[in-house]
Amino acid sequence: MAAGSDGGPTDRGEVRRRPLRNLWRLRRYLRPHTVEFSWLMLAGLAATGAGIAVPLVAQQVVDGPVARRDLTGLYQLGALALLLGLAEASLIFIRRWVQSSSSVTMEAAIRADVYAHLQQLPPSFHDRWPSGQLLSRITSDLSVLRRFLSFGLFFLILNVVTYLVVVVLLIRLHPALGLLVGVSAVPLFVIARRFGRHYHTASRRMQDQQGDVATLVEETAQGLRTMKAYGRGPQLTARFTAGTEALHDTGVGKGRLLARTAALLDLVPNLTLSIVLVAGAAAVAAGRLTVGQLVAFVSLQLMLIWPVQALGWIIANGQEAATAADRIQEVLDTPPAIVDAPGAVALARSTVHGRLRFEAVGFRYPGSPAPVLRGIDLTVEPGETLAVVGATGSGKSTLLSLVPRLHDVGTGRITLDGHDLRDLRLASLRRLVGMAFEEPTLFSMSVWENLTLGRPDAGEDEVRAALALAQAEFAYDLPWGLRTRLGEQGLSLSGGQRQRLALARAVLVRPAVLVLDDPLSALDVHTEALVESALKRVLRNTTALLVVHRPSTIALADRVALLEQGRFTAVGPHTELLATVPAYRAVLSAEPATPPPPRSPPGGPPLVRS
Amino acid sequence: MARLRARSRTLLAEVLRPHRGRLGAAVALLLTQNAAAMSGPYLVMLGIDRAIEPLREGRSGPLAAVAVSFAAATGIEYAARRGFLTLSARVGQAVLLDLRQRVYAHFLRLPVAFHERYTSGRMISRLTSDIDSIAELVDGGVESLVMAALTIVSVAAILLWLDLPLAAVTLLAFPLLFWLSRWFARASAAAYRHTREAMALVIVHFVESMRGIRAVQAYRREPRNQRIFDSVNDDYRRSSRQAFRLIATYSPSIKLIGNVTVAGVLCYGGARVLGGETAVGVLAAFLLYLRRFFEPMQELSQFYNSLQSATAALEKLAGVLDERPAVAEPVRPVPLPRRPGRGAVHFQAVSFGYRPDAPILTGLDLTIPAGQTVALIGPTGAGKSTVAKLLARFHDPATGTVTLDGVDLRQVADAELRRTVVLVTQETHLFGGTVAENIRFGRPDADDAAVEAAARAIGAHDFIAALPDGYATEVHRRGGRLSAGQRQLVAFARAFLADPAVLILDEATSSLDVPTERLVQHALSTILRDRTAVVIAHRLSTVETVDRVLVLDDGRIVEDGPPAELIADGGRYAALHRQWRDSLL
Ligand SMILES: Nc1ncnc2c1ncn2[C@@H]1O[C@H](COP(=O)(O)OP(=O)(O)OP(=O)(O)O)[C@@H](O)[C@H]1O
Ligand SMILES: Nc1ncnc2c1ncn2[C@@H]1O[C@H](COP(=O)(O)OP(=O)(O)OP(=O)(O)O)[C@@H](O)[C@H]1O
Ligand SMILES: [Mg+2]
Ligand SMILES: [Mg+2]
Repeated sequence: MAAGSDGGPTDRGEVRRRPLRNLWRLRRYLRPHTVEFSWLMLAGLAATGAGIAVPLVAQQVVDGPVARRDLTGLYQLGALALLLGLAEASLIFIRRWVQSSSSVTMEAAIRADVYAHLQQLPPSFHDRWPSGQLLSRITSDLSVLRRFLSFGLFFLILNVVTYLVVVVLLIRLHPALGLLVGVSAVPLFVIARRFGRHYHTASRRMQDQQGDVATLVEETAQGLRTMKAYGRGPQLTARFTAGTEALHDTGVGKGRLLARTAALLDLVPNLTLSIVLVAGAAAVAAGRLTVGQLVAFVSLQLMLIWPVQALGWIIANGQEAATAADRIQEVLDTPPAIVDAPGAVALARSTVHGRLRFEAVGFRYPGSPAPVLRGIDLTVEPGETLAVVGATGSGKSTLLSLVPRLHDVGTGRITLDGHDLRDLRLASLRRLVGMAFEEPTLFSMSVWENLTLGRPDAGEDEVRAALALAQAEFAYDLPWGLRTRLGEQGLSLSGGQRQRLALARAVLVRPAVLVLDDPLSALDVHTEALVESALKRVLRNTTALLVVHRPSTIALADRVALLEQGRFTAVGPHTELLATVPAYRAVLSAEPATPPPPRSPPGGPPLVRS
Repeated sequence: MARLRARSRTLLAEVLRPHRGRLGAAVALLLTQNAAAMSGPYLVMLGIDRAIEPLREGRSGPLAAVAVSFAAATGIEYAARRGFLTLSARVGQAVLLDLRQRVYAHFLRLPVAFHERYTSGRMISRLTSDIDSIAELVDGGVESLVMAALTIVSVAAILLWLDLPLAAVTLLAFPLLFWLSRWFARASAAAYRHTREAMALVIVHFVESMRGIRAVQAYRREPRNQRIFDSVNDDYRRSSRQAFRLIATYSPSIKLIGNVTVAGVLCYGGARVLGGETAVGVLAAFLLYLRRFFEPMQELSQFYNSLQSATAALEKLAGVLDERPAVAEPVRPVPLPRRPGRGAVHFQAVSFGYRPDAPILTGLDLTIPAGQTVALIGPTGAGKSTVAKLLARFHDPATGTVTLDGVDLRQVADAELRRTVVLVTQETHLFGGTVAENIRFGRPDADDAAVEAAARAIGAHDFIAALPDGYATEVHRRGGRLSAGQRQLVAFARAFLADPAVLILDEATSSLDVPTERLVQHALSTILRDRTAVVIAHRLSTVETVDRVLVLDDGRIVEDGPPAELIADGGRYAALHRQWRDSLL
């Protein structure tokens, strides 16, 4: 198996060497919004500029018109302040408006890509990843990212710029005090860095734990019937409680970290302010500074409080975003193990005969020591039906899943009409293969959609024929006929009804190779016989692989292959194997534990009792 | 809608109640912090108005006093802020924990029928994404919300105290702010409700398509799925954009009002200083305070937004908690009689349908004496699983009663019912975790030896022992690491370990190969010897060892008797049996 298949979630607590790398890699989602982003950056800066100018105007008011007792000047400056205020508000409006659409668009784009990628990843990937971990990536992690891309990043830049601009203005007002304020950035930087490091660990833990909780919830949702059947609510609740408590503890730890830092970040500018106040008052007293200048200085400096206070939040947000980016890239970086090879060809259905050949096929599941299949050699001729028989866990389903390339062979190869399956276009191959799984997989959509999953263009008649073949005409009697929307996983149907729909779906594809994994296990004897006789007609000119446990169904097959120890130990017609291969007989024979009751006399009309 | 809003408010009050003490402390800290922060501009004013003159005269005392007070205020602010943030994070996290657990526990209480309607995706969405949006508020919102409100109130007070007429100009802005906020509250509540539901749809689709990924890929459903996903994703995008646009309008409008007020104060205040009605320091302080007044207003709008989003989520949660379990635990449970030979089952005139207009069972009467093993057979879709589910009380009958040892199932405490009746469902479900954990699900206090004994008894031990880590092998999600037959064996071992008085097996051996099935059969005859059992099976091999066969068709029992007798009678069962025997080797 290729690299992607052993991609379980990475180890917890692994040290990230380049913390921002993955965040940086997401910049491609920002690219389509470069223009917007520049605009909103500009608007943001301008708005801040306007905001900064207001205290300067106030200074002018105090120093100028008020000192000179100039009413007109006062109103002029007042008008200026009004203008600046209007400008600031409109600029903020523009910024936020633009942001509101670009940030959600980026979020949606990433989500769509993650989904698309996940759809490409093979089942072996999905088996190994706890489902909630995938889910939390497209929900929690993405909203963290959205918040960063829309606010965190913006304010990071904006606040740094504001800080610089204000410091420059302060230096111009009073070089010594201005420099003092500038230097106060050093302790801020130190605090911020330490915080960032600690916070990163906490946020990774938190986001992983969120995934764990999501997994628990999903498992509960799916295992609800089993939970009810055993009354295991308390146990599941205990498990969930443990999960959420872990999340809670991490949350509290994060809160404590943030509290310490946020308070410190608050402390620094305030201390600076007190020094400024003393020194400024002294300077005014000494006549080196006007009162107005001092007022302006202080109010400008107060403007720094918010950017600095927000620093804690921005760093926290940035760290979370970096973690989210890591987690998302973990998925996006898993290469789909099963993809079109370069130069893969598509086969047209009409040109395919359906000779399926297994050549020394071996397969091992990633992470398990022994191979399941160790050398399958066999040719299924066009139109032939091969039944695969073997004990539970012998590898029948595994073998079948190789045909539509849900897994790729480990060694050897499988060919269809002489083409290695891996040289065919995946979509083309899967169009040629119709498959019914041992657990019928239905979706919560209409019966019609479920049936035409593999052939959306199927006509009414074809659907009717497929349903008739699978003895699934009950579908027409559902409340809204074929338009009835099935419950989740088709659970609003009985077991046998689900299985028959899944069979109809496989047949409807009119595949070149039909792959049926124990397709009649949930049917009663009578219905089974009806389906078999109908299926027989279809199988006459379709290459088919059939996993069966019951002797009755074997009658459908031209040849039977006995799967043992990862190999076909016997291949041949049913009766021949039965006579010559004891192992074959053993796998199928139904010598009951107690001797069979005497045969019934030929039955009269069905007797109704109740 | 209004009811839900009220319910969500009650819910909030409920989850906050246990933290009253801490909340009180938090508010005290906040007040302290606020007072300390508020004293800043005032001290600046003092510094300018009262300390500069003395300094000119060479007296540095007043300035020193101001500076020391300022430093003290700063220190207090630091301590109070840190204390408050820590405390509020604790309360916030505790509230989230409480909400998660409440909603989860309630989901477990709700019946199968509810979950079929609600879908697992929605349930997941409630417990993840909705909680997330409340967490967002908790993470920073509450502080700013309270802090901002406090700031605004205290600044308003100080302004009034500083200069009444000037303050009056400021307060002119209030009605406008009020009106704007009301508009925003209404509009954004609707918008956020929409986003919550849109997100739920994204999750529903995601969960379902990932779960069915094999079928999705085998049937090349990816492009169509992508289109569906894109459409729900886009719906979510649009609804959150709508919500963000509202705040994009609201927040600058607040800013605008603030700025206009500042300009007004500047002119009017300047004029008053000119007229000698007020001091320069007062004007300076006023302008500083005004900043502190409108800045939190800005933040307030931001967190008002989070609040709206969280409220929408809270409404969803309240909606779940509001669902009354239709298959409810009895208020006064009747204990089952504790005598040997328990497990007599009686269906009395039971009618049931999943939809009211489509009855599945009509007037079913059935008595199974304690200790009897009956086989329930019949064509697919006849209602066999439905009978099983009624007996396991997944659903309650529409009319009639199902009793166990003479007690209506509706009056049996859930824990006792589950100890007594176990249903092995037709759909095998394994949880992620080890094989042993999955078997132990049947009896959580069982030790390893008991787990192994159960596996041995039904013939699952050999394959389990052959797994790489034996009983400690991880079975992956939904048991995907095992073959279908192996999963059934594990589920069977689980039921065996549970050791109930009444065991219902719904197609529990359908995926097994014949020899394994034979082994299980053999085990069954001992396992079922002295318990009541209902065995549903299409393969009649299972049926041969039972005491009695029931043939179900169209929701009625059409034949009933010992297998040999029914075969002799030559009815439905006889025909089925013949067909089945002919199909054997
Ligand atoms: N994802 C997996 N990872 C590792 N091992 C697996 C995985 N899936 C199946 N196996 C193992 O591979 C073997 C073959 O499984 P497979 O599902 O092919 O059996 P099967 O012949 O179809 O059995 P059944 O008749 O019970 O359906 C089993 O022993 C199983 O435990
Ligand atoms: N959850 C549900 N919601 C609505 N209808 C349902 C639901 N479950 C079953 N049904 C319907 O009730 C009828 C009886 O179903 P039930 O599952 O009891 O059949 P069954 O006898 O067990 O069949 P099978 O042998 O195929 O498992 C079927 O027509 C089925 O479509
Ligand atoms: Mg299988
Ligand atoms: Mg059933």
